[in-house]
Amino acid sequence: MSSNEILRCDALTIAYGSNVALENVTIHVRRGEFVGIVGPSGSGKTSLLRALTGAVRAARGSVERSRGVRIGYVPQVESVDWNFPITVGEVLAMTRTKRRWPSITDEERNEAAEVLASLGLGGLENRHIRELSGGQQQRVFVARAMFAKPDVLLLDEPTSGVDVRTRHEILHLLHDLHAKGSTILLTTHDLNGLASHLPRLICINREVVADGSPRETLIPEVLERTYGAPLHVLEHGGMPIVLDHDYELSESLRDAERELRQSRQANP
Amino acid sequence: MLSLDLLAPYDFAFFQRGMIAATLAGALCGILGVFVVLRGMSYIGHGLSHAVFGGAAASAVMSINFFVGAGVWGIVSGVLIGRIARKKILGADAAIGIVTTASFAGGIALLNRYGQARKSIEAVLFGSVLGVSWVDIAAITAVTLLVLGVVLVAYRSLLYATFDPQVAVVSGERVAFIEVMLMVMLSVTILVTMRVIGTLLISALLVIPAATARMITNSFGRMLLLSPVLGATSCLVGMNLSYHLDTSAGATIILVSAAAFTATYLLAGRRARVRVASLHHI
Repeated sequence: MSSNEILRCDALTIAYGSNVALENVTIHVRRGEFVGIVGPSGSGKTSLLRALTGAVRAARGSVERSRGVRIGYVPQVESVDWNFPITVGEVLAMTRTKRRWPSITDEERNEAAEVLASLGLGGLENRHIRELSGGQQQRVFVARAMFAKPDVLLLDEPTSGVDVRTRHEILHLLHDLHAKGSTILLTTHDLNGLASHLPRLICINREVVADGSPRETLIPEVLERTYGAPLHVLEHGGMPIVLDHDYELSESLRDAERELRQSRQANP
Repeated sequence: MLSLDLLAPYDFAFFQRGMIAATLAGALCGILGVFVVLRGMSYIGHGLSHAVFGGAAASAVMSINFFVGAGVWGIVSGVLIGRIARKKILGADAAIGIVTTASFAGGIALLNRYGQARKSIEAVLFGSVLGVSWVDIAAITAVTLLVLGVVLVAYRSLLYATFDPQVAVVSGERVAFIEVMLMVMLSVTILVTMRVIGTLLISALLVIPAATARMITNSFGRMLLLSPVLGATSCLVGMNLSYHLDTSAGATIILVSAAAFTATYLLAGRRARVRVASLHHI
């Protein structure tokens, strides 16, 4: 493992009984990278994240983490029990399991307040998690991961089931964290709202289909191999926009798509 | 005059012992009940108490010490239920149903076959709070201190593993070990309290105070403080009422606990009722 790598898996295969979730996947993540993993449901995105954390065992291949690396994991909000009796402050404090006594120290309380304030959640320590807005709920779990002082942040579908405004909030938050030096790896279904804004994308469908920038990966050929269905790709302001194949393209949009293909062929 | 009447039962040493045992049992079940209720395993108290009954019957037949025989039987059953449920081949409810009813039936069959007195079955099923000895009180005190110690020392790990087991695993928590630890604590709790309140009523004491506490607070920490207080208070009030009304102590304790739940349910408003409705398998 090279010194600037923080996580890597080589020829990784994950299986649940006879059901193979991932096959022969090789991914190397360097410190400070911001990586998105895209693919259809059941393509092995969450299995890959969990394998990188060590929570899922490899059937074949290997997973390596740089020595002493601390991983912050942010689960899908759908998996959270919002009726559990827990306040925002308690969500953060639970990660400090090295200090097991229930009461929180003044130092920890100040640290928690700082993390919450940095994520726009200042003063919400005593609120129940259900009483927060969608964006705040997602940020609480980012805050929990950040409070554990991770070297790398793994997020499973951070924009799943949230409205447009919340998606913007989360995207800005992640870009801020990345700008401050955090290594971030996330899975997403959101090709236009999230994936196309990331510096590096990995398209998977049980195996790695493509790995590169959005301009290299969000192209019809790769997307068809990833999702098993043809998709249109347009460009707006230098950003790729993925459209469902059933979307009725106007003549002008068809021309734009054709021009984009030609320009990419001329300047790959 | 009234105060003298109220204090009358305390003239009897057996009542004092019963009061101490029941109050401690209420607090103990209240602490563990929080985890039972929040993990959606309310049925486990009912199931495990039946499983421990099998062990109690086997110890009586084989002339083994009650705490050793029933304890080993209960812990094995608890861990077995946890493992079956964890493998997700069967749901926790089905696992509890299979393991504990088989164990209970085994206990009944053993007692029938070897002609043990019917009285011992009734004592285990319904408890005999007024017949508890200092040994029983010492056992309940020891388990209460043990459970309290574990909950205090492993508080954050227990909370993490209960609220978010998947992420807890990722964060390096030994979730499987924590689950086994909870099952063992639950089995031992049922073992030492069954002679006080009886196997049939233990599950109520594991569920009702915790569910009542859930309606009152939205904080895990406060729920963990409130639930044992409610459990102990129900036992204290129930014991005194049972003396004055000349009713079964175990049944009166549960009725007091249920009355506290109903009063909280009616007074707490719609939001609190939603909280209880959201608890699994209540």
